[in-house]
Amino acid sequence: MFNPVTSPEAVSPLFGKLSLAAIPYHEPILLATFAGVVVGGLAVLGLLTKFRLWGPLWRDWVTSIDHKKIGIMYMVLGLIMLLRGFADALMMRAQQAMAFGDNPGFLPPHHYDQVFTAHGVIMIFFVAMPFITGLMNYVVPLQIGARDVAFPFLNNFSFWMTTAGAVLVMISLFVGEFAKTGWLAYPPLSGLAFSPDVGVDYYIWALQIAGVGTTLSGINLVVTIIKMRAPGMLLMKMPVFTWTSLCANVLIVATFPILTAALAMLALDRYVGSNFFTNDLGGNAMMYVNLIWIWGHPEVYILILPLFGVYSEVVSTYSGKRLFGYSSMVYATVCITILSYLVWLHHFFTMGSGASVNSFFGITTMIISIPTGAKIFNWLFTMYRGRIRFDVPMLWVMGFMVTFTVGGMTGVLLAVPPADFVLHNSLFLIAHFHNVIIGGVVFGVFAAMVYWFPKAFGYTLDTFWGKLSFWFWLSGYWLAFTPLYVLGLMGVTRRMNHFDDSTLQPWFIVAALGAVLIALGIGSFLMCLFVSYRKREQLRDVSGDPWNGRTLEWSTSSPPPEYNFAFTPVVRDTDAWWDMKQHGFTRPEAGFLPIHMPKNTAAGVVLAGISLVLGFALIWHIWWLVVASFVSLIATVIVHTFNYQRDYHIAADTVAATEAMRTQQLSAAHV
Amino acid sequence: MLRFTRKPWLLPLLLPLAGCARTVVLDPAGDVARQQADLIVIATVLMLIVIVPVIALTLFFAWRYRASNTKASYKPDWDHSTQLELVIWAVPLLIIIALGAITWISTHTLDPYRPLDRIGKHRPLPEGSKPLEVEVVALDWKWLFIYPEQGIATVNEMAAPVDRPIHFKLTASSVMNAFYVPELAGMIYTMPGMRTELHAVINQPGTFEGFSSNYSGAGFSHMRFGFHATSDAEFAAWVAKVKSNGGTLDRMAYLNLEKPSERDPVRHYATVDTGLFDAVLNRCVDPAHMCTHAMMAIDAAGGRPAQGAGAIALLPRSRGDLRGSPFVPAAMCSLPTRRIPAISLTARAAP
Repeated sequence: MFNPVTSPEAVSPLFGKLSLAAIPYHEPILLATFAGVVVGGLAVLGLLTKFRLWGPLWRDWVTSIDHKKIGIMYMVLGLIMLLRGFADALMMRAQQAMAFGDNPGFLPPHHYDQVFTAHGVIMIFFVAMPFITGLMNYVVPLQIGARDVAFPFLNNFSFWMTTAGAVLVMISLFVGEFAKTGWLAYPPLSGLAFSPDVGVDYYIWALQIAGVGTTLSGINLVVTIIKMRAPGMLLMKMPVFTWTSLCANVLIVATFPILTAALAMLALDRYVGSNFFTNDLGGNAMMYVNLIWIWGHPEVYILILPLFGVYSEVVSTYSGKRLFGYSSMVYATVCITILSYLVWLHHFFTMGSGASVNSFFGITTMIISIPTGAKIFNWLFTMYRGRIRFDVPMLWVMGFMVTFTVGGMTGVLLAVPPADFVLHNSLFLIAHFHNVIIGGVVFGVFAAMVYWFPKAFGYTLDTFWGKLSFWFWLSGYWLAFTPLYVLGLMGVTRRMNHFDDSTLQPWFIVAALGAVLIALGIGSFLMCLFVSYRKREQLRDVSGDPWNGRTLEWSTSSPPPEYNFAFTPVVRDTDAWWDMKQHGFTRPEAGFLPIHMPKNTAAGVVLAGISLVLGFALIWHIWWLVVASFVSLIATVIVHTFNYQRDYHIAADTVAATEAMRTQQLSAAHV
Repeated sequence: MLRFTRKPWLLPLLLPLAGCARTVVLDPAGDVARQQADLIVIATVLMLIVIVPVIALTLFFAWRYRASNTKASYKPDWDHSTQLELVIWAVPLLIIIALGAITWISTHTLDPYRPLDRIGKHRPLPEGSKPLEVEVVALDWKWLFIYPEQGIATVNEMAAPVDRPIHFKLTASSVMNAFYVPELAGMIYTMPGMRTELHAVINQPGTFEGFSSNYSGAGFSHMRFGFHATSDAEFAAWVAKVKSNGGTLDRMAYLNLEKPSERDPVRHYATVDTGLFDAVLNRCVDPAHMCTHAMMAIDAAGGRPAQGAGAIALLPRSRGDLRGSPFVPAAMCSLPTRRIPAISLTARAAP
């Protein structure tokens, strides 16, 4: 219940606002989760110690600046956070399936409101973003024939900053609380007056810290793609995934600073009493709403564009055919990139903008569906006259094409302002964006993981569990969200903690069952990873090209050597590797030169660790620690600039030995 | 308020759990919502022109060109066809042109700020009819309705005569909410310090549900009210009832009412302070606060440095205070020495 606090809270000089009362030991759900995390964490630590993995973990992963390892770490982060975000989803579905009439359900508003906020924040910032960043990190340098990204250290730093943000969100589970504002934290609700607790501060600093990582990683990948393509790879010969990655990263660079600025102003309102978005003294909350959506709408295209690239690669590979309409695909992507800046107001047609403003943004939104439609048709005509193999990635693409078109349709419907007036904030809207995010982003991530897994680990994923996971996800999605479309048409609003009208209950029960199916889908995928690891010798792929691929990443070994390519490939066609295979390419087996490579460094993880402490100190108003961590952050950066041990050469002999081993493997496999 | 759907062709939508609840958004009782529902149907049908073939072709191509079907033609290098590309871009373009035109027109005709010119299909506005004025304030977590013409106010209950246009002016006391009566018309946000408007009309008698459709904190789920659509006579009787047994909504009563509470009962007020809505909008119900419009007028005039800002002790608001922060709100600096329109409640102060 709201309790207007009239006196300033006690702030201890040593611990700030932090006290034992911040530990939610009276909440059984959180306590059980905490116990689970502690036991699980101790088990992991124990295993690491038992198998003496601390050294390799530190040397080969934590401090690694290899884009492939960082890519894999991003995917692991995304998977872990998916489990957390999905646990929140299950709790929401359970609450809404129960809380009718006299039954208040098991989550009081105080807890439930945190759950739906955390679900949105985690799924977007710490699941979808790590997944796409991880994919781009892993695949883009390989596709363009590069040996690493442009700024390898920055890459490691970006990853650890993203992780620090995720850790901060996880800490909020056990120390204090998370925001109760919805995932975009609209003021005035997120202002100090109406959210005096630390929840919104956790939100702000987790996103600010992770945002540093995201922005830097965006800059890094833009430069990589612009400057480091193999000779011959003109812009219009880039693989489509690289193209969509380029556009997504341009969007990141151009929009994340807006998020940073908006959150910084919100933080100033909360920390120093400024009035950007407060009710009084000239503050205006709608400025925040505009800013957050000027970032927020391009953000959804940041998420979906790389996956559009994935679909293009997968369709073309499994249809055994060149992608239909390559240039049309590229122009469509660029159109979407530009248009995505011109539509943000469609998120608040209902805030009383004039009819002309609303129509303008409604129509720009609809226009985006034209290039998107063109893309769908291009995939369709790539399948036309192909030889389609229904491996698991192709199944995900099929699921995407059917699911996403429906989501696109409901999206265009919501772009009609008067229609939005009756559907805005309803469960119809929830169904719509899950339709495009699950059907578009999540399906694409799974397609990509199955598709590139053999490249990263040298063995393919088990087909049975992979298919099971696909079918659970597909049926689960439809079962969980079709009822929400219907409920939206019944005028049911989002973020409800309790319903009086018990006639709605059957729909929510069906939706909850759908969520259970999705849980089985996630479980099957984890099972798939486990089973495939156990069967890895059977599933081994020595060729490096298990799917008869078309782009350069398939020309190297699986997993690729740390230098990716012994010789930088020369590109003559869009499907460079396909072209090379058609023209009888033979691997060079001699004449290797030393390869110049960047060296691992611990600076990234140290800086992110200090940032985490800084964020925690800011949240709890522990001012001495804020100063101390900020000073050490700057000091570490300065010290790092004096680190001259940044690169080394892989000797020509070592390269020759690695390549010779691969030659041996290849010939053994061909025999 | 459970009614059977009047459109039999909508039944398939309800079939799985027929009779449980109805899709009110597609079949509302008010003319504005009715037109919005029609728009949903038209837009959906237009888009299905592309969506259905795409889904059908996806499934058909997947089956036809499966790897095991060696009879199907296979052209691995076929990747371009100008005619096809033209169709691919032109079909969505044409549909969006059509939908864009519909959007432009309907957004203007259904603009919530635009006074109604009809009360139903083929039913133009009767000559000389005046809309019912209702001022709405979203409070934590209940709804306040002020009827300036009748001089009454209610909490969590409102009434309006059937077929008479209603003109809502809306604001909020603390955080953003959205005012939504699905049977009546689309939603509109209520925001503190800002005024939104909505024009609508209800065409059938009944008691309909209204609620907040924008999350606003802990008590949000129960921020609901009854919307009574009545005959003119019943409306007059309802007003009389409110007048006869209601209390008084003066500034003090409002400041008490504005405090957060949940699941509030219906309340009636026989009298309301004039200008209460404007005072809420300008955030100066408490006379110690300067009204926003006055402050803006001063700022617009260039402001002047404070002379004895301490004299103007802006009391911490019951909500919205800075909770003991050491910082002094800056805008006080632009106050002149004499206390100016801060207490004047309705006048638009000129600089």
